[in-house]
This record gives sequence, C-alpha cells and structure tokens, in this order.
Amino acid sequence: MVAPPPTAAGRGWLTTKVGEMDKPAALLRIENVSKQFGPLTAVDSLSLEIGHGEFFALLGPSGCGKTTLLRMLAGFETPSSGRILLDGEDIVAVPPHRRPINMMFQNYALFPHLTVEGNVAFGLRQERLSRAEIATRVEEMLALVRLKGFNRRRIDHLSGGQRQRVALARSLVKRPRVLLLDEPLAALDKKLRAETQFELMELQRKLGTTFVIVTHDQEEAMIVADRIAVMDRGRLRQVAPPNDIYERPNSRWVAEFIGEVSLIEGALRAGGILDSVFGPLRVPPNQTARGKVWLALRPEKLRLSTTRPEGDLNALSGTVSEIGYRGGVSIYKVRLADQSLIKVALSNSGPSSRLEVSIGATIWVSWPKENGVVLTQ
Amino acid sequence: MKRNISIFNVTSVVFGLAFLYLPITILVVYSFNASRLVTVWSGWSLAWYRELFSDEAMIAAAWTSLRIAALSATAATVLGTLAAIALTRFGRFRGRVAFSGMIYAPLVMPEVITGLSLLLLFVALNVDRGFWTVVLAHTTLTMCFVTVIVQSRLVDFDRSVEEAAMDLGCPPFKTFVIVTLPLILPAIAAGWMLAFSLSLDDLVIASFTSGPGATTLPMRIYSEVRLGVKPEVNAVCTIMIAVVALGTVTASLMAKRGARRREPAALAAQV
Ligand SMILES: Nc1ncnc2c1ncn2[C@@H]1O[C@H](COP(=O)(O)OP(=O)(O)OP(=O)(O)O)[C@@H](O)[C@H]1O
Ligand SMILES: [Mg+2]
Repeated sequence: MVAPPPTAAGRGWLTTKVGEMDKPAALLRIENVSKQFGPLTAVDSLSLEIGHGEFFALLGPSGCGKTTLLRMLAGFETPSSGRILLDGEDIVAVPPHRRPINMMFQNYALFPHLTVEGNVAFGLRQERLSRAEIATRVEEMLALVRLKGFNRRRIDHLSGGQRQRVALARSLVKRPRVLLLDEPLAALDKKLRAETQFELMELQRKLGTTFVIVTHDQEEAMIVADRIAVMDRGRLRQVAPPNDIYERPNSRWVAEFIGEVSLIEGALRAGGILDSVFGPLRVPPNQTARGKVWLALRPEKLRLSTTRPEGDLNALSGTVSEIGYRGGVSIYKVRLADQSLIKVALSNSGPSSRLEVSIGATIWVSWPKENGVVLTQ
Repeated sequence: MKRNISIFNVTSVVFGLAFLYLPITILVVYSFNASRLVTVWSGWSLAWYRELFSDEAMIAAAWTSLRIAALSATAATVLGTLAAIALTRFGRFRGRVAFSGMIYAPLVMPEVITGLSLLLLFVALNVDRGFWTVVLAHTTLTMCFVTVIVQSRLVDFDRSVEEAAMDLGCPPFKTFVIVTLPLILPAIAAGWMLAFSLSLDDLVIASFTSGPGATTLPMRIYSEVRLGVKPEVNAVCTIMIAVVALGTVTASLMAKRGARRREPAALAAQV
C-alpha cells in the first residue's frame, strides 16, 4: 500500500483513492443517461465506463442512438436524465467549447473558408497559444497524419481521404482527453478504409488518447477496438472485447448482429445435452441454464463431409442447397431435416481443401461440442 | 415536325429578346448620336456625355442618388441579415409567422402604396421630408430582398461546421463572427448589391418621400423628360444601365461563388 503523502488534502481523498486501488478509475463514466426527443427515446438509461487510453467502439444498427450518445459526450445534446462524469466530475452542464473532448464529425465539417493549416490551427488559436507553438504543433500533427506540405491547400482541392485526415488532425491537435469519432471512415472506399483503420490504431497507440468510435460496420469495430458496446434501440446489449463479443455473445440478437450464425432451438438437460428436433446434441460443459435455449453455431466452426464423420462430434445430415464462392472461403448452405438452412464456411486454403459436392448432394455437417455457444435469450 | 418546333422556338426567343432589349439598345445607341434631334441619326459623338458632365443639377442628383443608395443598402443589409438570422435560427418563437409575413409584405406591396403610406407617416410625425426620409423609405423597400437572399443561404447552411468550431473551443458568438459570417458573406454582399440597385432605380417611393433639395437621379430624369426627351437623358440612362448591370452581375457572381464554396461540405454530407 502506498503511504499517504504528508500534504494529502484530506481523508476523503485518501479513502477514495485506496478504495479504487484494485480497479483503476474510469476516465469517462456514463450513468443512467437517457435522451428523449419528444415521444422518442433515442438513448434509454444507459450506463457505461470507458477507461484511460482505451479504444472503444459503439456498434449498432442505424438509428439506435450512437450519434446521440456521442453528441451528449461532446456537449451538443443535453441528457434528459443521468450523469456524465469525466475524471469523476459531472460535465453535463459544461458547454462544448469548454470540454476537453474533441469530436471528428461524420461529414468532417471542415471550414471551407480556411486552408488545411487554418483548419488544423483553429483549435489552438482558441487557446491563445503563441504563433511559434501553434506552428510547431500544426506541423507535428500534419506529419502524423501524412499531410506534410499541404499547409496552404484549400479544402475543396483535397480528396476524400485527405479531408478525412485533415479532420482527424484538427480534432487531435488540441490533445483532448477523449476523441470522439462519428463514423470516421464511412465516406472512404473499401481499400482506403482498411488502410485507415490500421493507421487509426497506430495513431491511438502512439498518442495514448482515449478514442470512442461510432460505427455500424461490425468488422471495423472488431479490428480497431479494445472493447465494443453493442447498442440496440438506445440500450446496451453487450459490452466486451471483440473476441468475447464474437465467441461468447450474450444473446441471439448480438450473435446475429455480429457476423453470421445459425441457431438451433432446444431444451437443455443435465449432462450437457441439448434436446433438439435433430435429437440430442452435445454442448460445452458446465451449463447452468435449464429449459429452452438456443445453440449458436458460427459458419467457420462447422465441418462438412460426404460420409458420417467418426469420433466425438455432433453431426447432422442434410442436402447442399447453395454454394457461394468468396475467394478465401466458400459458403455452403445446407438444408437440414427440418427444412431449415445452416451455413458452413470452408477455407479454400489449397486445391485439396475443395469439397467435391454438387447442389442436391447429401452431406454431413459436424462440429466438436466446444464449438457451439448456448444462448438463453 | 421537330424542325418546326425549333423554328418556332428560335422565333419566339428572338422576338422576346427584341421586345425586352430593343428599346434599351436604341436608347444606348442614340446616346452616342451627334444630332440634337432624338430621332435623327447623324453619326457617332460623345457630345451628350460632355454636356451631361457639365450639367450641375444632373450631377448633383446623381450624387444624391448614390449616397441614398449606399446608405439605405447598408442599413437594409444589416437589418435584413438580422431578420434572416432570427427567422432561421431562433426556432418557432412566438409571433414567428407574423414576423416573417411582415418582412415579406414589401416584396409584393405596390410601390405607390408603400410610398403613400410612408408619406402619410412622415406628415403625421411632422418630419421634414428630404434626404433622410428617402434613405429610410428605401431601407424599408429593400430590406426584404436582403432577407430573402440571406435566409436562403442560412437555410441550407451546414450547422455541423459551427458545432466543429465550438467543439474546438470557440464560444458561440465568436463562432458566428469567425465561421458563420465569412461563409454567408457572399449572400450578404449580393443582398447589398441588389438593395443598392433597387434604390438607385426607384422613382415612385422617392417622389413620395423626398422633399426640396433632395432630388434623386430618376426624379431629375423624369422631370427633364416631361419637357421633351433630350439626348443628354439618353446618356445618363446609359450610365445608369451600366452601373445597375454591373451591380447585378457582381451580385450573381458572388452568390455563385458562395455556392461553390458550399460544395465541399455538401459533397461530404451526401456520402
Ligand atoms: N435532433 C433530433 N430530433 C429528433 N429526433 C432525433 C434527433 N436526433 C436524433 N433523433 C432520433 O434519435 C434516434 C437515434 O438517432 P442517432 O442519430 O443517434 O442514430 P445513429 O445510431 O447515429 O444512426 P446512424 O447509424 O444512422 O447514424 C433516431 O430515431 C433519430 O431519428
Ligand atoms: Mg449516426
């Protein structure tokens, strides 16, 4: 235990610090925040903690309240109820221009009447820094986003990707505690987007700034983020690292929203057995749930074979209904005994891995019991 | 069949343009006529322009008109811009409908009525009519045009640019001054040009609200013409046409430039 400094402000300070020792205090705390637009509840008593230096992603379908939540963090919307704490202080009443939080807007919102340099320096000018200091920090930032030498360029003479980087530089140059990014890559083409995702991660690691990114691209969220919050109609469905969200979704909704999944309904009984329409299926051990559940199966965790597989596997027979070639993988849709379709993805790692089957052929879908996930809701 | 239509189109365009611009062309050409007789052409000359610039009454009237136009256009631009901001930015405040109705009324009000009612007002208030009453009257007349132009710019203004400024630490009022104003400046300037041209051109309202010693150029021309058309009048009208045309073209160019500046934001918003 750390000895109390002799000048410690008081007991209160000491006790809170010691009390939170085991778990580092969150940088940003959202407590029961709601936002009503007339009869519509855009954000519904949402609570969330975001840590220091975290790359946090808000993921959800269109209209679920991601932008609204971000705008409340930036100060452009006032919560109808609830508190937002930054470093333990409630910032709900602080106007946007006094918050140490910067935002990168969905449409970039660059100042069309200023040059690249003018845009990036704008925030620093508001802090009344010296000319020399502004100049060096702008240079530094432009170098960081690979826009060196673009200082005097007009905004309408830039490509989409360059504008995106000006917007990023402009919001980072003030060294905010938190950077909010509202769909920062949505306007870029696929290839540029993929490159920029890695650049964003690198930038975030270099600066150590907390990033909160909004996206409705689940792949993007999984690539860049340390943790993902899956939102649906103003509420959080699950908050977890990307791996957990994908491998251990907490509900059918999350499983279906993130990636592709096939669900088999059934009743769970003791001994790790699920009674389904296909008969008993083995599920991962140590299930606590009882009664009606769903077994979630990701396409790439399933195997296909033309004969019944040997060994300790769950196996279902069906007929091939569709084959989709996707380059790296091939997607097989197999129609099972109850007429439902199950998706299987096979990696095309070599010519031998191609399965020689045609549509209508009888086929076996199998998986070891650990590959399934039991969902109760 | 198609050909017939295109011949018809060409003819109608030619006649339409002739109808609009032939009188003006004749006026401009005859202002360079050497003859004293307005209807007889006897070669090119700048005599009437020389005469015009030595006509002190005409020069004085032109000077009065320019001063009135500049002052009233400036006042109308300030008031009209404020009205446009109130209409677009303050949401549904009480009396908004009445306010916007009252601002736009002068657009469709017959000038005779505006002039007459202003005259009655000045008489009732016992104000000496002259230079300043015309300035006031022209401000009333032209303010609504400025409001229309500035408001249309503000309506499709991308508010996220203002939010970005505030997000970067700029307080709201300063944001308006250093971000919003520069972006709507082309529209404001276009409004000023239009107000200036309208004021320069007005005869009816000026006649009602002016007094002794404050004769505007259109008033002066009108009184000259009543005694018979002198070639000198052709010359002054040609100059006025040039000034107004210049003003209008500049205004529309500025509005276009404003629209071009808007494009990057609009483009980004589309994707
Ligand atoms: N200013 C507003 N007034 C009224 N309703 C609003 C306002 N802003 C957002 N909404 C509503 O709140 C809900 C959430 O909107 P929000 O913009 O936060 O969604 P989003 O998750 O960002 O969606 P998208 O992925 O499409 O950007 C929507 O139904 C939207 O119509
Ligand atoms: Mg959004």
